[in-house]
Amino acid sequence: MKKYILDLVVQRTSAPRPGYVLLQLTDPSGPLPEMVPGQFVEVRVDGSPETFLRRPISINLVDREANELWLLIHVVGAGTRALATLKAGDTVNLVLPLGNGFTLSPTPHSPLLIGGGVGTAPLLYLGQELKRQGTKPTFLLGARACEDLMQVERFREVGEVYITTEDGSLGERGFVTQHSLWNGTSAYDYIYTCGPKPMMVAVARLAREKGIPCEASLENLMACGLGACLCCVEDTTEGHVCVCKEGPVFNIEKLKW
Amino acid sequence: MTTSNNNITSRQPSPSLQKRGLGGESVNIGGLTLKNPVMTASGTFGYGLEFADFIDLNRLGGIIVKGTTLEPRQGNPYPRMAETPQGMLNCVGLQNKGVDYFCEHIYPEVRKINTAVLVNVSGHSIETYVECARRIAELEDIPAIELNISCPNVKQGGMAFGVTCEGAASVVKAVRAVYPKTLIVKLSPNVTSIADIARAVEAEGADAVSLINTLMGMAIDAERRRPILSIGTGGLSGPAVKPVALRMVWQVYDAVKIPIVGLGGIMNATDAVEFMLAGASAVEIGTANFIDPAVTMKVIDGIHDYLTRHHFSSVRDIIGAAHQQG
Repeated sequence: MKKYILDLVVQRTSAPRPGYVLLQLTDPSGPLPEMVPGQFVEVRVDGSPETFLRRPISINLVDREANELWLLIHVVGAGTRALATLKAGDTVNLVLPLGNGFTLSPTPHSPLLIGGGVGTAPLLYLGQELKRQGTKPTFLLGARACEDLMQVERFREVGEVYITTEDGSLGERGFVTQHSLWNGTSAYDYIYTCGPKPMMVAVARLAREKGIPCEASLENLMACGLGACLCCVEDTTEGHVCVCKEGPVFNIEKLKW
Repeated sequence: MTTSNNNITSRQPSPSLQKRGLGGESVNIGGLTLKNPVMTASGTFGYGLEFADFIDLNRLGGIIVKGTTLEPRQGNPYPRMAETPQGMLNCVGLQNKGVDYFCEHIYPEVRKINTAVLVNVSGHSIETYVECARRIAELEDIPAIELNISCPNVKQGGMAFGVTCEGAASVVKAVRAVYPKTLIVKLSPNVTSIADIARAVEAEGADAVSLINTLMGMAIDAERRRPILSIGTGGLSGPAVKPVALRMVWQVYDAVKIPIVGLGGIMNATDAVEFMLAGASAVEIGTANFIDPAVTMKVIDGIHDYLTRHHFSSVRDIIGAAHQQG
Protein backbone atom coordinates (compact mmCIF):
# COMPACT_ATOMS: atom_id res chain seq x y z
CA MET A 1 0.00 0.00 0.00
CA LYS A 2 1.52 3.30 -1.06
CA LYS A 3 2.65 5.61 1.73
CA TYR A 4 2.28 9.38 1.71
CA ILE A 5 3.47 12.46 3.52
CA LEU A 6 0.37 14.61 3.84
CA ASP A 7 -0.67 17.90 5.38
CA LEU A 8 -4.13 17.30 6.79
CA VAL A 9 -6.43 19.92 8.24
CA VAL A 10 -8.08 19.62 11.64
CA GLN A 11 -11.86 19.67 11.19
CA ARG A 12 -12.86 19.18 14.79
CA THR A 13 -11.30 18.32 18.11
CA SER A 14 -12.91 16.93 21.24
CA ALA A 15 -11.93 15.36 24.53
CA PRO A 16 -13.81 12.07 25.00
CA ARG A 17 -12.48 12.11 28.56
CA PRO A 18 -9.84 14.10 30.43
CA GLY A 19 -6.33 13.32 29.19
CA TYR A 20 -7.47 12.24 25.72
CA VAL A 21 -8.10 14.12 22.50
CA LEU A 22 -9.94 13.07 19.38
CA LEU A 23 -8.68 14.75 16.20
CA GLN A 24 -10.90 14.62 13.12
CA LEU A 25 -8.70 15.41 10.13
CA THR A 26 -9.45 15.91 6.48
CA ASP A 27 -7.48 16.19 3.27
CA PRO A 28 -8.60 19.37 1.51
CA SER A 29 -6.78 18.32 -1.67
CA GLY A 30 -8.83 15.17 -2.28
CA PRO A 31 -9.92 11.79 -0.97
CA LEU A 32 -7.81 10.33 1.82
CA PRO A 33 -5.49 7.53 0.72
CA GLU A 34 -6.43 3.90 1.09
CA MET A 35 -5.80 2.61 4.61
CA VAL A 36 -6.98 -0.40 6.55
CA PRO A 37 -7.90 -1.05 10.20
CA GLY A 38 -4.87 -1.69 12.39
CA GLN A 39 -2.57 0.57 10.42
CA PHE A 40 -1.17 3.70 12.01
CA VAL A 41 0.15 7.15 11.14
CA GLU A 42 3.26 9.06 12.24
CA VAL A 43 2.29 12.58 13.29
CA ARG A 44 4.85 15.39 13.22
CA VAL A 45 4.72 17.43 16.39
CA ASP A 46 5.19 21.12 15.69
CA GLY A 47 5.67 23.78 18.33
CA SER A 48 7.09 21.52 21.01
CA PRO A 49 10.86 22.04 21.35
CA GLU A 50 11.16 19.04 23.68
CA THR A 51 9.66 16.75 21.07
CA PHE A 52 11.97 15.48 18.36
CA LEU A 53 10.36 12.40 16.87
CA ARG A 54 6.99 11.93 15.23
CA ARG A 55 4.29 10.25 17.29
CA PRO A 56 2.86 6.94 16.08
CA ILE A 57 -0.94 7.00 16.45
CA SER A 58 -3.34 4.23 15.43
CA ILE A 59 -6.18 4.93 13.04
CA ASN A 60 -9.37 5.29 15.07
CA LEU A 61 -11.73 5.65 12.14
CA VAL A 62 -11.83 6.51 8.46
CA ASP A 63 -15.10 8.17 7.49
CA ARG A 64 -15.09 8.02 3.69
CA GLU A 65 -18.27 10.05 3.31
CA ALA A 66 -16.92 12.94 5.35
CA ASN A 67 -13.36 12.31 4.03
CA GLU A 68 -12.19 12.24 7.65
CA LEU A 69 -9.41 10.43 9.46
CA TRP A 70 -9.91 10.14 13.22
CA LEU A 71 -7.04 9.87 15.67
CA LEU A 72 -7.73 9.21 19.34
CA ILE A 73 -4.70 10.36 21.30
CA HIS A 74 -3.77 9.61 24.88
CA VAL A 75 -1.95 12.62 26.31
CA VAL A 76 1.10 11.12 28.02
CA GLY A 77 3.97 13.54 27.43
CA ALA A 78 5.13 16.74 25.79
CA GLY A 79 4.50 15.51 22.25
CA THR A 80 0.93 14.36 22.75
CA ARG A 81 0.29 17.44 24.92
CA ALA A 82 1.26 19.60 21.94
CA LEU A 83 -1.06 17.59 19.67
CA ALA A 84 -3.88 18.14 22.16
CA THR A 85 -3.59 21.90 21.62
CA LEU A 86 -4.44 21.63 17.90
CA LYS A 87 -7.53 23.56 16.89
CA ALA A 88 -9.96 23.35 14.01
CA GLY A 89 -8.31 24.80 10.91
CA ASP A 90 -4.75 23.88 12.00
CA THR A 91 -2.60 21.82 9.67
CA VAL A 92 -0.88 18.67 10.83
CA ASN A 93 1.74 16.70 8.91
CA LEU A 94 1.33 12.92 8.76
CA VAL A 95 3.14 9.98 7.23
CA LEU A 96 0.57 7.34 6.37
CA PRO A 97 -0.61 4.64 6.19
CA LEU A 98 2.00 2.59 8.05
CA GLY A 99 2.32 -1.04 9.05
CA ASN A 100 0.06 -3.99 8.41
CA GLY A 101 -3.55 -4.05 9.54
CA PHE A 102 -5.79 -6.75 10.95
CA THR A 103 -6.62 -9.72 8.74
CA LEU A 104 -10.06 -9.15 7.22
CA SER A 105 -10.03 -11.89 4.65
CA PRO A 106 -11.47 -14.44 4.91
CA THR A 107 -14.06 -12.53 6.89
CA PRO A 108 -14.64 -14.21 10.24
CA HIS A 109 -18.19 -15.37 10.88
CA SER A 110 -18.34 -14.15 14.47
CA PRO A 111 -15.40 -11.94 15.46
CA LEU A 112 -14.72 -10.74 18.99
CA LEU A 113 -12.87 -7.42 19.32
CA ILE A 114 -11.25 -6.96 22.73
CA GLY A 115 -9.87 -3.58 23.74
CA GLY A 116 -8.57 -1.84 26.82
CA GLY A 117 -7.74 1.80 27.46
CA VAL A 118 -6.76 3.79 24.37
CA GLY A 119 -6.22 0.40 22.72
CA THR A 120 -9.92 0.41 21.90
CA ALA A 121 -9.20 3.12 19.29
CA PRO A 122 -8.33 0.95 16.24
CA LEU A 123 -11.16 -1.48 17.03
CA LEU A 124 -13.77 1.09 16.02
CA TYR A 125 -12.43 1.24 12.47
CA LEU A 126 -11.97 -2.53 12.47
CA GLY A 127 -15.56 -3.06 13.59
CA GLN A 128 -16.85 -0.67 10.94
CA GLU A 129 -15.01 -2.52 8.19
CA LEU A 130 -16.10 -5.95 9.46
CA LYS A 131 -19.67 -4.75 9.47
CA ARG A 132 -19.25 -3.43 5.95
CA GLN A 133 -18.10 -6.91 4.94
CA GLY A 134 -21.35 -8.34 6.26
CA THR A 135 -20.26 -9.78 9.57
CA LYS A 136 -21.47 -8.72 12.98
CA PRO A 137 -18.65 -7.74 15.32
CA THR A 138 -18.90 -8.11 19.08
CA PHE A 139 -16.86 -5.76 21.26
CA LEU A 140 -15.52 -6.55 24.70
CA LEU A 141 -14.16 -3.34 26.20
CA GLY A 142 -12.25 -3.20 29.46
CA ALA A 143 -11.46 -0.26 31.71
CA ARG A 144 -10.60 0.56 35.29
CA ALA A 145 -13.85 2.43 35.80
CA CYS A 146 -16.93 3.57 33.91
CA GLU A 147 -15.52 7.04 33.19
CA ASP A 148 -12.44 5.54 31.49
CA LEU A 149 -14.45 4.13 28.59
CA MET A 150 -14.57 6.10 25.36
CA GLN A 151 -16.73 6.09 22.23
CA VAL A 152 -19.05 3.44 23.68
CA GLU A 153 -22.06 4.80 21.78
CA ARG A 154 -20.12 4.61 18.52
CA PHE A 155 -19.17 1.00 19.25
CA ARG A 156 -22.84 0.23 19.91
CA GLU A 157 -23.72 1.60 16.45
CA VAL A 158 -21.38 -0.96 14.92
CA GLY A 159 -21.97 -4.10 16.97
CA GLU A 160 -22.85 -5.66 20.29
CA VAL A 161 -20.84 -4.25 23.20
CA TYR A 162 -19.85 -5.99 26.43
CA ILE A 163 -18.00 -4.14 29.14
CA THR A 164 -15.87 -5.02 32.13
CA THR A 165 -14.61 -2.52 34.68
CA GLU A 166 -12.18 -3.28 37.46
CA ASP A 167 -14.34 -1.44 39.98
CA GLY A 168 -17.61 -2.79 38.67
CA SER A 169 -18.98 0.69 37.90
CA LEU A 170 -20.15 -0.45 34.47
CA GLY A 171 -20.69 -3.87 32.96
CA GLU A 172 -19.20 -6.84 34.77
CA ARG A 173 -16.60 -6.38 37.48
CA GLY A 174 -13.12 -7.65 36.65
CA PHE A 175 -10.87 -8.03 33.62
CA VAL A 176 -11.92 -8.72 30.03
CA THR A 177 -10.70 -12.29 30.40
CA GLN A 178 -13.10 -12.82 33.33
CA HIS A 179 -16.27 -11.79 31.49
CA SER A 180 -19.14 -14.29 31.48
CA LEU A 181 -19.15 -14.47 27.68
CA TRP A 182 -16.21 -16.86 28.07
CA ASN A 183 -18.37 -19.34 30.01
CA GLY A 184 -19.24 -22.49 28.12
CA THR A 185 -18.53 -23.05 24.45
CA SER A 186 -17.29 -19.94 22.73
CA ALA A 187 -19.46 -18.49 20.00
CA TYR A 188 -16.55 -16.60 18.49
CA ASP A 189 -14.32 -17.77 15.68
CA TYR A 190 -11.72 -14.97 15.61
CA ILE A 191 -10.31 -12.57 18.20
CA TYR A 192 -8.73 -9.19 17.56
CA THR A 193 -7.18 -7.39 20.52
CA CYS A 194 -5.50 -4.10 21.27
CA GLY A 195 -4.69 -2.59 24.63
CA PRO A 196 -2.16 -2.73 27.45
CA LYS A 197 0.32 -5.55 26.98
CA PRO A 198 -0.66 -7.50 30.14
CA MET A 199 -4.27 -7.50 28.89
CA MET A 200 -3.27 -8.69 25.43
CA VAL A 201 -1.03 -11.40 26.87
CA ALA A 202 -3.96 -12.64 28.99
CA VAL A 203 -6.30 -12.54 25.98
CA ALA A 204 -3.76 -14.42 23.87
CA ARG A 205 -3.48 -17.11 26.53
CA LEU A 206 -7.24 -17.48 26.69
CA ALA A 207 -7.54 -17.57 22.90
CA ARG A 208 -4.99 -20.40 22.79
CA GLU A 209 -6.87 -22.30 25.48
CA LYS A 210 -10.13 -21.97 23.56
CA GLY A 211 -8.46 -22.69 20.23
CA ILE A 212 -9.60 -19.40 18.68
CA PRO A 213 -7.28 -17.66 16.22
CA CYS A 214 -6.16 -14.30 17.59
CA GLU A 215 -4.42 -11.16 16.38
CA ALA A 216 -2.91 -8.52 18.65
CA SER A 217 -1.82 -4.97 17.86
CA LEU A 218 1.43 -3.92 19.54
CA GLU A 219 2.68 -0.44 20.31
CA ASN A 220 6.41 -0.75 20.93
CA LEU A 221 8.37 2.48 21.17
CA MET A 222 9.14 3.65 17.63
CA ALA A 223 11.30 6.15 15.81
CA CYS A 224 10.94 5.97 12.02
CA GLY A 225 7.73 3.95 11.60
CA LEU A 226 9.09 2.65 8.28
CA GLY A 227 11.26 -0.32 9.22
CA ALA A 228 14.47 1.63 8.76
CA CYS A 229 15.79 2.24 12.26
CA LEU A 230 15.04 -1.18 13.81
CA CYS A 231 14.22 0.37 17.19
CA CYS A 232 10.71 -1.01 17.78
CA VAL A 233 11.52 -4.71 17.52
CA GLU A 234 9.48 -7.48 19.10
CA ASP A 235 11.18 -10.77 19.89
CA THR A 236 9.05 -13.17 17.84
CA THR A 237 9.31 -16.79 16.76
CA GLU A 238 11.13 -15.41 13.71
CA GLY A 239 13.56 -13.34 15.79
CA HIS A 240 13.57 -9.58 16.21
CA VAL A 241 11.11 -7.98 13.80
CA CYS A 242 10.01 -4.36 13.47
CA VAL A 243 6.57 -3.74 14.93
CA CYS A 244 6.19 -0.74 12.62
CA LYS A 245 6.77 -2.70 9.42
CA GLU A 246 5.96 -6.36 10.13
CA GLY A 247 3.22 -5.34 12.59
CA PRO A 248 1.78 -3.60 14.46
CA VAL A 249 -0.75 -6.42 14.12
CA PHE A 250 0.63 -9.91 14.72
CA ASN A 251 -1.00 -13.30 14.84
CA ILE A 252 -0.32 -14.48 18.40
CA GLU A 253 1.25 -17.66 17.02
CA LYS A 254 4.17 -15.47 15.95
CA LEU A 255 4.55 -13.91 19.40
CA LYS A 256 6.44 -15.43 22.32
CA TRP A 257 3.63 -14.69 24.78
CA MET B 1 47.22 20.51 3.36
CA THR B 2 50.77 19.78 4.36
CA THR B 3 51.99 17.03 2.08
CA SER B 4 51.30 15.79 -1.38
CA ASN B 5 50.64 12.32 -2.58
CA ASN B 6 49.75 10.80 -5.87
CA ASN B 7 47.14 8.25 -5.00
CA ILE B 8 43.56 8.46 -6.18
CA THR B 9 42.30 9.70 -2.88
CA SER B 10 43.26 13.31 -3.38
CA ARG B 11 40.67 15.80 -2.15
CA GLN B 12 41.13 17.78 -5.34
CA PRO B 13 38.18 17.63 -7.71
CA SER B 14 38.68 15.06 -10.41
CA PRO B 15 39.25 16.77 -13.76
CA SER B 16 37.45 13.91 -15.45
CA LEU B 17 34.16 14.66 -13.73
CA GLN B 18 33.08 17.22 -16.28
CA LYS B 19 34.15 14.95 -19.15
CA ARG B 20 31.90 12.22 -17.83
CA GLY B 21 28.98 14.56 -18.05
CA LEU B 22 28.77 15.11 -14.33
CA GLY B 23 28.16 18.72 -13.58
CA GLY B 24 28.75 21.17 -10.83
CA GLU B 25 27.03 19.11 -8.18
CA SER B 26 29.15 15.98 -8.44
CA VAL B 27 31.86 15.21 -5.92
CA ASN B 28 34.63 12.68 -5.67
CA ILE B 29 35.14 10.58 -2.55
CA GLY B 30 38.42 8.77 -2.85
CA GLY B 31 37.89 7.66 -6.43
CA LEU B 32 34.12 7.26 -6.10
CA THR B 33 32.13 9.83 -8.04
CA LEU B 34 28.79 10.85 -6.58
CA LYS B 35 26.26 12.76 -8.69
CA ASN B 36 25.72 15.07 -5.74
CA PRO B 37 27.09 15.19 -2.19
CA VAL B 38 23.96 13.93 -0.42
CA MET B 39 24.02 10.34 0.82
CA THR B 40 21.92 8.57 3.41
CA ALA B 41 23.49 7.34 6.62
CA SER B 42 23.68 3.67 7.45
CA GLY B 43 21.03 2.40 9.82
CA THR B 44 18.65 5.26 9.17
CA PHE B 45 17.47 4.47 5.67
CA GLY B 46 17.11 0.70 5.63
CA TYR B 47 18.04 -0.49 2.16
CA GLY B 48 16.58 2.63 0.59
CA LEU B 49 13.56 0.75 -0.68
CA GLU B 50 11.61 1.66 2.47
CA PHE B 51 11.65 5.28 1.25
CA ALA B 52 10.75 4.67 -2.39
CA ASP B 53 7.17 5.92 -1.88
CA PHE B 54 8.40 9.30 -0.71
CA ILE B 55 11.37 10.19 -2.89
CA ASP B 56 13.09 9.40 -6.17
CA LEU B 57 15.97 7.26 -4.91
CA ASN B 58 17.80 7.85 -8.19
CA ARG B 59 18.29 11.49 -7.25
CA LEU B 60 20.40 10.66 -4.21
CA GLY B 61 24.15 11.10 -4.32
CA GLY B 62 24.46 7.76 -2.60
CA ILE B 63 22.79 5.28 -0.30
CA ILE B 64 24.73 3.63 2.50
CA VAL B 65 22.78 0.56 3.46
CA LYS B 66 22.32 -0.91 6.91
CA GLY B 67 25.39 -2.17 8.77
CA THR B 68 26.19 -5.63 7.47
CA THR B 69 28.15 -8.35 9.23
CA LEU B 70 29.51 -11.72 8.12
CA GLU B 71 26.99 -13.64 10.25
CA PRO B 72 23.36 -12.69 10.94
CA ARG B 73 22.92 -10.70 14.14
CA GLN B 74 19.78 -10.36 16.28
CA GLY B 75 20.97 -7.09 17.82
CA ASN B 76 20.17 -5.96 21.33
CA PRO B 77 16.92 -6.55 23.22
CA TYR B 78 14.06 -4.05 23.22
CA PRO B 79 13.89 -1.20 24.25
CA ARG B 80 16.45 0.19 21.86
CA MET B 81 15.43 3.81 21.60
CA ALA B 82 15.02 6.84 23.81
CA GLU B 83 14.00 10.27 22.62
CA THR B 84 16.16 13.11 23.94
CA PRO B 85 16.10 16.88 23.54
CA GLN B 86 16.82 17.50 19.85
CA GLY B 87 17.85 13.94 19.26
CA MET B 88 17.53 10.29 20.10
CA LEU B 89 19.54 7.45 21.55
CA ASN B 90 19.63 4.00 20.01
CA CYS B 91 21.21 0.71 20.93
CA VAL B 92 20.09 -1.41 17.99
CA GLY B 93 23.36 -3.35 18.03
CA LEU B 94 23.87 -4.04 14.32
CA GLN B 95 20.81 -6.22 13.76
CA ASN B 96 21.10 -7.57 10.22
CA LYS B 97 20.61 -10.79 8.30
CA GLY B 98 24.26 -11.20 7.38
CA VAL B 99 26.28 -10.68 4.24
CA ASP B 100 25.00 -13.78 2.42
CA TYR B 101 21.41 -12.62 2.78
CA PHE B 102 22.42 -9.18 1.55
CA CYS B 103 24.15 -10.62 -1.52
CA GLU B 104 21.28 -12.95 -2.40
CA HIS B 105 18.18 -10.94 -1.55
CA ILE B 106 18.99 -7.26 -1.17
CA TYR B 107 21.72 -6.65 -3.70
CA PRO B 108 19.60 -7.67 -6.74
CA GLU B 109 17.08 -5.00 -5.69
CA VAL B 110 19.36 -2.15 -4.67
CA ARG B 111 21.64 -2.50 -7.70
CA LYS B 112 18.70 -1.30 -9.81
CA ILE B 113 18.78 2.10 -8.12
CA ASN B 114 20.66 4.61 -10.24
CA THR B 115 22.93 5.93 -7.52
CA ALA B 116 26.03 4.82 -5.66
CA VAL B 117 24.94 2.09 -3.24
CA LEU B 118 27.50 1.55 -0.51
CA VAL B 119 27.52 -1.12 2.16
CA ASN B 120 28.38 -0.34 5.75
CA VAL B 121 30.58 -3.24 6.87
CA SER B 122 31.03 -4.26 10.47
CA GLY B 123 32.51 -7.16 12.38
CA HIS B 124 33.49 -8.51 15.77
CA SER B 125 37.07 -9.43 14.83
CA ILE B 126 39.54 -8.47 12.13
CA GLU B 127 38.82 -11.76 10.37
CA THR B 128 35.08 -11.12 10.19
CA TYR B 129 35.58 -7.57 8.90
CA VAL B 130 37.92 -8.89 6.23
CA GLU B 131 35.66 -11.71 5.12
CA CYS B 132 32.59 -9.48 4.96
CA ALA B 133 34.48 -6.85 2.93
CA ARG B 134 35.79 -9.56 0.61
CA ARG B 135 32.26 -10.76 -0.13
CA ILE B 136 31.03 -7.23 -0.78
CA ALA B 137 34.01 -6.56 -3.05
CA GLU B 138 32.69 -9.26 -5.40
CA LEU B 139 29.48 -7.32 -5.99
CA GLU B 140 29.98 -5.45 -9.25
CA ASP B 141 27.54 -2.64 -8.50
CA ILE B 142 28.74 -1.81 -5.00
CA PRO B 143 31.53 0.70 -5.69
CA ALA B 144 32.57 1.33 -2.10
CA ILE B 145 32.21 0.25 1.50
CA GLU B 146 31.96 2.24 4.67
CA LEU B 147 33.95 0.39 7.29
CA ASN B 148 32.19 0.75 10.62
CA ILE B 149 34.79 0.80 13.38
CA SER B 150 32.61 2.99 15.53
CA CYS B 151 29.37 1.26 16.52
CA PRO B 152 28.94 2.00 20.24
CA ASN B 153 26.32 -0.70 20.80
CA VAL B 154 28.13 -4.01 20.40
CA LYS B 155 30.27 -5.76 22.97
CA GLN B 156 32.95 -7.04 20.64
CA GLY B 157 34.43 -5.22 17.68
CA GLY B 158 32.66 -2.11 16.52
CA MET B 159 33.82 0.86 18.49
CA ALA B 160 36.46 -1.19 20.27
CA PHE B 161 38.55 -0.94 17.10
CA GLY B 162 37.77 2.68 16.47
CA VAL B 163 38.87 4.24 19.73
CA THR B 164 42.59 3.60 19.46
CA CYS B 165 44.94 4.43 16.61
CA GLU B 166 46.39 0.91 16.74
CA GLY B 167 43.00 -0.77 16.66
CA ALA B 168 41.73 1.40 13.82
CA ALA B 169 44.93 0.95 11.84
CA SER B 170 44.89 -2.84 12.24
CA VAL B 171 41.37 -3.26 10.82
CA VAL B 172 41.90 -0.82 7.99
CA LYS B 173 45.19 -2.44 7.02
CA ALA B 174 43.63 -5.91 6.91
CA VAL B 175 40.57 -4.80 4.95
CA ARG B 176 42.62 -2.66 2.59
CA ALA B 177 44.57 -5.78 1.63
CA VAL B 178 41.42 -7.48 0.32
CA TYR B 179 39.28 -4.55 -0.75
CA PRO B 180 40.37 -2.83 -3.98
CA LYS B 181 37.50 -0.35 -4.37
CA THR B 182 36.81 2.85 -2.46
CA LEU B 183 37.27 2.29 1.26
CA ILE B 184 35.60 4.82 3.53
CA VAL B 185 36.25 4.43 7.25
CA LYS B 186 33.53 5.61 9.64
CA LEU B 187 35.04 7.16 12.74
CA SER B 188 33.83 7.31 16.31
CA PRO B 189 33.51 10.64 18.13
CA ASN B 190 34.03 8.86 21.45
CA VAL B 191 37.78 9.46 21.39
CA THR B 192 40.30 11.92 22.76
CA SER B 193 41.56 12.96 19.34
CA ILE B 194 39.58 12.07 16.25
CA ALA B 195 42.32 13.70 14.14
CA ASP B 196 44.82 11.11 15.38
CA ILE B 197 42.48 8.25 14.46
CA ALA B 198 41.87 9.80 11.03
CA ARG B 199 45.60 10.05 10.42
CA ALA B 200 46.07 6.43 11.49
CA VAL B 201 43.48 5.10 9.02
CA GLU B 202 44.77 7.38 6.25
CA ALA B 203 48.24 5.94 6.77
CA GLU B 204 46.85 2.42 6.25
CA GLY B 205 45.30 3.30 2.93
CA ALA B 206 41.76 4.46 3.70
CA ASP B 207 40.41 6.38 0.71
CA ALA B 208 38.14 8.57 2.82
CA VAL B 209 36.76 8.95 6.31
CA SER B 210 33.17 9.51 7.39
CA LEU B 211 32.36 11.15 10.68
CA ILE B 212 30.75 11.12 13.12
CA ASN B 213 29.10 7.93 14.26
CA THR B 214 26.86 8.39 17.29
CA LEU B 215 28.03 9.84 20.58
CA MET B 216 27.77 7.51 23.57
CA GLY B 217 25.03 8.58 25.92
CA MET B 218 22.27 7.32 28.11
CA ALA B 219 18.79 8.08 29.41
CA ILE B 220 17.28 7.16 32.75
CA ASP B 221 13.62 6.77 33.63
CA ALA B 222 13.34 8.68 36.90
CA GLU B 223 10.02 7.05 37.84
CA ARG B 224 11.28 3.52 37.36
CA ARG B 225 14.80 4.40 38.51
CA ARG B 226 16.31 2.39 35.63
CA PRO B 227 18.13 3.12 32.38
CA ILE B 228 15.67 3.32 29.49
CA LEU B 229 17.79 1.40 26.97
CA SER B 230 18.09 -2.36 27.36
CA ILE B 231 21.88 -2.29 27.53
CA GLY B 232 22.06 0.91 29.55
CA THR B 233 23.89 3.08 27.06
CA GLY B 234 23.38 3.96 23.42
CA GLY B 235 24.43 6.26 20.61
CA LEU B 236 23.11 9.81 20.43
CA SER B 237 22.13 11.26 17.05
CA GLY B 238 20.13 14.18 15.74
CA PRO B 239 20.65 17.94 15.86
CA ALA B 240 21.94 17.70 19.45
CA VAL B 241 25.25 16.29 18.12
CA LYS B 242 25.68 18.65 15.17
CA PRO B 243 28.08 21.17 16.76
CA VAL B 244 30.32 18.32 17.93
CA ALA B 245 30.26 16.67 14.51
CA LEU B 246 30.98 19.94 12.75
CA ARG B 247 33.96 20.64 15.01
CA MET B 248 35.35 17.16 14.33
CA VAL B 249 35.01 17.52 10.55
CA TRP B 250 36.83 20.84 10.88
CA GLN B 251 39.68 19.24 12.86
CA VAL B 252 39.99 16.19 10.62
CA TYR B 253 40.12 18.41 7.52
CA ASP B 254 43.27 19.96 8.93
CA ALA B 255 44.72 16.56 9.81
CA VAL B 256 44.36 14.44 6.67
CA LYS B 257 44.45 14.75 2.90
CA ILE B 258 41.80 12.16 2.11
CA PRO B 259 38.20 13.31 1.58
CA ILE B 260 35.79 13.56 4.46
CA VAL B 261 32.14 12.56 4.49
CA GLY B 262 30.40 14.60 7.16
CA LEU B 263 27.41 13.55 9.21
CA GLY B 264 25.81 14.18 12.54
CA GLY B 265 22.50 15.94 13.03
CA ILE B 266 22.06 17.32 9.51
CA MET B 267 18.39 18.34 9.26
CA ASN B 268 18.41 20.66 6.24
CA ALA B 269 20.49 22.10 3.40
CA THR B 270 22.07 24.80 5.55
CA ASP B 271 23.38 22.15 7.94
CA ALA B 272 24.78 20.21 4.98
CA VAL B 273 26.47 23.32 3.57
CA GLU B 274 28.04 24.01 6.97
CA PHE B 275 29.60 20.54 6.99
CA MET B 276 30.99 21.10 3.50
CA LEU B 277 32.38 24.48 4.47
CA ALA B 278 34.05 22.77 7.45
CA GLY B 279 35.72 20.36 5.06
CA ALA B 280 33.33 17.59 4.08
CA SER B 281 33.30 16.57 0.41
CA ALA B 282 29.93 14.89 0.89
CA VAL B 283 27.39 14.48 3.65
CA GLU B 284 25.14 11.79 5.04
CA ILE B 285 21.60 12.40 6.23
CA GLY B 286 20.63 10.11 9.09
CA THR B 287 18.14 10.67 11.86
CA ALA B 288 16.42 13.47 9.87
CA ASN B 289 14.95 10.74 7.63
CA PHE B 290 12.78 9.69 10.59
CA ILE B 291 11.25 13.14 10.93
CA ASP B 292 10.86 13.83 7.23
CA PRO B 293 11.22 10.82 4.92
CA ALA B 294 11.65 13.25 2.01
CA VAL B 295 14.32 15.42 3.65
CA THR B 296 17.11 14.25 1.34
CA MET B 297 15.42 15.77 -1.71
CA LYS B 298 15.05 19.07 0.14
CA VAL B 299 18.73 19.02 1.07
CA ILE B 300 19.77 18.35 -2.55
CA ASP B 301 17.58 21.20 -3.79
CA GLY B 302 18.68 23.48 -0.98
CA ILE B 303 22.38 22.97 -1.73
CA HIS B 304 21.65 23.80 -5.36
CA ASP B 305 19.88 27.00 -4.30
CA TYR B 306 22.76 27.93 -2.01
CA LEU B 307 25.29 27.52 -4.82
CA THR B 308 23.16 29.64 -7.15
CA ARG B 309 22.63 32.32 -4.54
CA HIS B 310 26.35 32.57 -3.82
CA HIS B 311 27.40 32.24 -7.47
CA PHE B 312 29.38 29.02 -7.13
CA SER B 313 29.62 27.05 -10.34
CA SER B 314 30.50 23.87 -8.48
CA VAL B 315 29.67 22.41 -5.10
CA ARG B 316 33.34 21.44 -4.93
CA ASP B 317 34.19 25.11 -4.48
CA ILE B 318 32.68 25.17 -1.02
CA ILE B 319 34.53 22.13 0.37
CA GLY B 320 36.62 23.43 3.24
CA ALA B 321 35.91 27.03 2.25
CA ALA B 322 35.46 28.12 5.86
CA HIS B 323 39.15 27.33 6.44
CA GLN B 324 40.33 29.95 3.98
CA GLN B 325 41.86 33.03 5.51
CA GLY B 326 40.59 36.50 4.72
